[in-house]
Amino acid sequence: MSFFLNQVVIGIQLGSQYVMVALGLTLIFGILDISHFAHGHLYMVGAYLLYIVMVLWDVNYWLALLICMVALALAGILVERAVYRPLRGQPQINTFIAAIGLILMLETLVRGIQPKALSVPKPIDRTLEFAGVSMEVQRLIVIIGAILFIVALQLFIKRTRLGTAIEAVAQDREGASLVGINVNRISALTFAVATALAAAAAVLMAPLAFISPEMGGVLILKAFVIVVIGGLGSIKGAIFGGYILGLLEALAIAYVSSAYKDVFAFAVLIAILAVRPTGLFKGRD
Amino acid sequence: MGKSGRYVKASALLILLGIAAALPWLLGKYQVRILTLAMAWTIATLSLNLILGYTGQASLAHGAFLGIGAYAFGIMVQRVGLNFWISLPLACVVTALLGLLVGLPSLRTKGPYFAIVTLCFNVIILKVFENWNWLSGGIQGQVVPRPAFLTQRWARYYFVLAFLLLTLVAMRLIVKSLLGVTLMSIRSNEDLAEAVGINSFRNKLLAFVISCFVVGLAGALLALENGQLDFTITNYLYSFYLLIYLLIGGVATLSGPVVGTIGLYFLLDYMKNIGIKGVEEFRYFLFGLILLLVIIFFPMGITGGVKRAWEWARGRFRKGEAGEVAG
Amino acid sequence: MTALLKVQGLTRLFGGLVAVNKVDFEVPEGSILGIIGPNGAGKSTLFNLIGGTIPPSEGKIFFAGRDITGWRPYRVAREGIARTFQTTALFEELPVYVNLVIGRRMRTRSGLGDVLSRTPRMRRERDETTAKVMEVLEFTGLGRYAGEPAGSIPQEAQKRLAIGVALMGEPRLLLLDEPTGGVGMGETDEIIDLIGRVRERGITVCVIEHKMRMMMSLADRMVVLNFGVKIAEGEPRKVCEDPAVIEAYLGECIA
Ligand SMILES: Nc1ncnc2c1ncn2[C@@H]1O[C@H](COP(=O)(O)OP(=O)(O)OP(=O)(O)O)[C@@H](O)[C@H]1O
Ligand SMILES: [Mg+2]
Repeated sequence: MSFFLNQVVIGIQLGSQYVMVALGLTLIFGILDISHFAHGHLYMVGAYLLYIVMVLWDVNYWLALLICMVALALAGILVERAVYRPLRGQPQINTFIAAIGLILMLETLVRGIQPKALSVPKPIDRTLEFAGVSMEVQRLIVIIGAILFIVALQLFIKRTRLGTAIEAVAQDREGASLVGINVNRISALTFAVATALAAAAAVLMAPLAFISPEMGGVLILKAFVIVVIGGLGSIKGAIFGGYILGLLEALAIAYVSSAYKDVFAFAVLIAILAVRPTGLFKGRD
Repeated sequence: MGKSGRYVKASALLILLGIAAALPWLLGKYQVRILTLAMAWTIATLSLNLILGYTGQASLAHGAFLGIGAYAFGIMVQRVGLNFWISLPLACVVTALLGLLVGLPSLRTKGPYFAIVTLCFNVIILKVFENWNWLSGGIQGQVVPRPAFLTQRWARYYFVLAFLLLTLVAMRLIVKSLLGVTLMSIRSNEDLAEAVGINSFRNKLLAFVISCFVVGLAGALLALENGQLDFTITNYLYSFYLLIYLLIGGVATLSGPVVGTIGLYFLLDYMKNIGIKGVEEFRYFLFGLILLLVIIFFPMGITGGVKRAWEWARGRFRKGEAGEVAG
Repeated sequence: MTALLKVQGLTRLFGGLVAVNKVDFEVPEGSILGIIGPNGAGKSTLFNLIGGTIPPSEGKIFFAGRDITGWRPYRVAREGIARTFQTTALFEELPVYVNLVIGRRMRTRSGLGDVLSRTPRMRRERDETTAKVMEVLEFTGLGRYAGEPAGSIPQEAQKRLAIGVALMGEPRLLLLDEPTGGVGMGETDEIIDLIGRVRERGITVCVIEHKMRMMMSLADRMVVLNFGVKIAEGEPRKVCEDPAVIEAYLGECIA
């Protein structure tokens, strides 16, 4: 029983990471119709930045979290300006191919500079025992941190003027530009928020796993799986989908096979699309 | 094109063919081998061109199908002990059948989602080959024995060249026909194609299956030339390779994939051999950068760019002709 | 005259919005039906329902006595209903004559085998298609644009080409969504003339238009939509004097 509970905790923690990455993806898709395939690689860059800031510069973990989020927000804006904006109005697939170009560049650059996998120390290196479940504090930090970020994102979207503008554009782009919302500014802002969220996920997760240049690839595919299944552009779908995938994966690792842990999600995706090509939940058309 | 234009084109093709036939006697052993591999890769790029360039569906599963064709061929020849001439077409058929199975669910999705679903499939195949030693032959891999008439390097060169020409002829017949026009209509405007009575799903599936058949052939030829296989042949990075060869050469043309693949293959090999430091590590960086620049500035690729410059020079350049990869 | 197209209680919801609301009408074979209504009245949605682009929420569509409700667009097209779109849809990067060839594709059967082995069927179909392309180029007056990319010819010629592509499949019913929309005043005559000649070939036509004046001379009957509801139907002159129509059009009808 405690083994099962342990896997559930691991599942929620995996799911937390997926949700944070998938949320950014779904926001960007909803607002700009861009399949931002390089999102996972910006996550990877965030993790390496954490290593630089925390290990090389010896900065406090929580301050490093802030620094990484701000830096990656700027990186997100840069990517939007330099890559996606020149391609606006072109077929989606061109944008997607541009993202592949970006991925190849980022991954090779990082691997060229630092080929070895790295690890980051845990800010609080302790394990809690609770009802037969032993849990590292960092896992708790990931889970709680993710919840805080998700709530903060919801508040931002529902309660602030910029946030409501984002939502307005997501729902109706032409209508939004008619009522005087500056779509360029909104799209830059969306990239900033989404990428900062990915950076936060990377910083929270980094102490629990090795950092490697290829970590973004599989993650982004899973995030896409979540977004497709959860409904394109749907925030609720991304949250549910992310946690469910995390849980399913943790249980599959424990009870089925760990060699195939990364492909499990993709098989599910192909199976679902075979039955329902538009995904399980209703998103934006 | 006028009559004289056609003669010019025909004689240019004949000269090219003559050069291709003479090359094994002009080049060194190593170069012949590289050229043979490059030609096999060209067949793979041509297959992607059919589904991406002409039909507008960006398959990122072609790395997997390449590997499946290669393994199907290797296993049939070596483990099953089938005749070479039976194994080769059978390997293509196996790949095509798998393509049918994958195409049925994945072609219901569109645009980037098709790309993602096919990429997911490629990751699955890679993991299966990586973990299932019985299938992939584990660390030793799979030996691919060559028939007696293909033990010579030049013989394999001509063998692959013949299949490349065959593929080019078949592709030309397809794209210049009513079928090819149908595929292009789906790329251009799928809703309109449906509205004029074209069953877009069926045609996309057909293009995908043909494409898989051809990439299976490319895989088998690669296996033949290498004589040895391991699970990395199913890597999805090869899907990206093909995409890059195709985009840089020029989509929806027949010369584009040839120029792009052979050109890039040789260029990278050359850079590696003269020992430019870091080419191995940074080749993907270069690839990525080129891909970005090409997609932003020259969506028609090199051959498209040359063609456009040529038309412009002849005063026939018209605005609005700027292409798209796959609209 | 028998009804070629019959629509019964056709309804389509978009979320809470009723875009088309229990619409009934019939189109006799060989006639021209005009469909008018203010912006957002549901005219294009009506065509999308008939053409199978979107399925109706309720109601039935009969074509030549056959229930075609919920059919996929390509099947509807093969049955004999051709259409054009409000925002001109063409295969833009392909030459004009290739656009026409594609319009004929559903009437040809050459498959992969024919193409690779160049069977007699393929040759025959190719020659037939070429002949038909010539005829339609002539009919639409697009001969001089034949080799140019469809996206680069003038707007008005694009509108005619869209009709030409629709004619290639030899339809019995042609649905035209604002065939003169976005075309300059002086250039609409050619298109109106073209529609007249289409009818002379025995093809039944449904046409959506904003320009009342144009409808008066062209249509045999008219249907008026407003907020998805059919508010009037009948002869153009009668419909035009209908108080409900005058109200919907803010008294614009002064033909
Ligand atoms: N795919 C869709 N999803 C949601 N709402 C839609 C969709 N298509 C149309 N509508 C809505 O249905 C209503 C009718 O639209 P439709 O395009 O049929 O009007 P119309 O009569 O053709 O107008 P116009 O004269 O401007 O072309 C409009 O309010 C429109 O916003
Ligand atoms: Mg309309």
